[in-house]
Amino acid sequence: MTAIDAPQLRSRIEWQIGRVQAIVAETSRVKSIVLQPTRWPGHRPGQHVDIRLTADGGYRAERSYSIASPPAEHLITLTVERIEDGEVSSYLLDELQIGDPLEFRGPIGGHFIWNQAANRPLCLVAGGSGITPLMAMLRHRRASRDPIPASLIYSVRSLDDIIYRDELDAMTDGDADLRLVYALTRACPGNWSGHRGRIDQLLLAESSFAREENPLFFVCGPTGFVESISSKLVKLGFDPLAIKTERFGPSGE
Amino acid sequence: MDQPVVSRGFRSKRRTSGAAELPPGQYLTTDFPVLSAGPTPDIRVADWNISLQLGGTLLGRWTWDEFEALPQTTIKTDIHCVTKWTKLKTVWQGVTFDDLLRVVGLDAPPNAFIMAHCDGGYTTNLPLADLIGGRAMIATRYEGLPLAPAHGGPARLLVPHLYFWKSAKWLRRLRFMPKDEPGFWESRGYHNYGDPWREQRYDGD
Repeated sequence: MTAIDAPQLRSRIEWQIGRVQAIVAETSRVKSIVLQPTRWPGHRPGQHVDIRLTADGGYRAERSYSIASPPAEHLITLTVERIEDGEVSSYLLDELQIGDPLEFRGPIGGHFIWNQAANRPLCLVAGGSGITPLMAMLRHRRASRDPIPASLIYSVRSLDDIIYRDELDAMTDGDADLRLVYALTRACPGNWSGHRGRIDQLLLAESSFAREENPLFFVCGPTGFVESISSKLVKLGFDPLAIKTERFGPSGE
Repeated sequence: MDQPVVSRGFRSKRRTSGAAELPPGQYLTTDFPVLSAGPTPDIRVADWNISLQLGGTLLGRWTWDEFEALPQTTIKTDIHCVTKWTKLKTVWQGVTFDDLLRVVGLDAPPNAFIMAHCDGGYTTNLPLADLIGGRAMIATRYEGLPLAPAHGGPARLLVPHLYFWKSAKWLRRLRFMPKDEPGFWESRGYHNYGDPWREQRYDGD
């Protein structure tokens, strides 16, 4: 192969050691881990990192976690949900302490990323911990001087399972261009005036945008959830190429 | 990084029963996770066809029934997804790339690279050397049943020795290329070749 034919070589995304700066309990099953990276080139909302754990005997495990923090922050926030029998999530939730090192590399991913300059209404649809990369988008949007219209439709089992609930509710205060809809699939308080049950086509139609507004969709959650939402959006007539998806499991972790 | 950082308190919950050796960074799963960049397309086999293209020439095009009539091969293989799951001993049926070349009367591949084009706009690039010699097929059945849409049905590429994004779902066209060009994920930060045993996940690995 001649030099002219040689593919452009880009530098490897190297492993590095982050220090745990803070651990925040989000729900009974979810914590956020705030990391101080050694070096960080900056990320785009929606990207993820890989983390790598090494046991005493050399056994290693790697997993991917979406970044919840916006690009403007120099600390990186990962949000971790407990997976039954998950060796990595149980370590991160039960063993990891403030000050501990955590090996990771990133940022990774070039598709499920939001480019604010696209200047199209943003419709985010989250199932459970699928909110994480979408939160990076909302936090990034909040920091902009002239935020574009956005909508978050967030499906969780119960009110107590809503991750970032206070921050999300605060975001909508004084921001008429941000719509926030919770869908509670299992347990609703008696006085619940929001959506009960799974996200259906009607809720998607009412809570997103008109086709003419040319919205961009980001859908993240468990596989069945993403399959269901994305096919409903296509049935509603939205452009399949405007629907970006990221699926979390089920994968036995 | 030469000196691994031991994660204090981290212990494996796996490897209890002489598990098969996995590529670095992979873990075993028994279910079949779905990873796609967008919605699953709704493809009816009555409207489906698949073609093999060299430059401006169509070397072959097959309807569903015609494709089903081509020589069929069944293989059992492990598959490795870049998102880190590995699934062992999966069984696939389809038409090997060798048979496809034979059917269109080619003794040897005319170009060194191929681009796979799929419904939904997805593409992936592969060296021909990785497709011939029984290393790859166009699969239409998984575990004896028609391939489910979420897993790439009606037909997907199967190149099991590379990370699974190379086994493109919803395959519609294979285009020979004299020079390598990056496909969809290969243009978005993922490795151009994707060998799981060398952990070529991302660009530069």
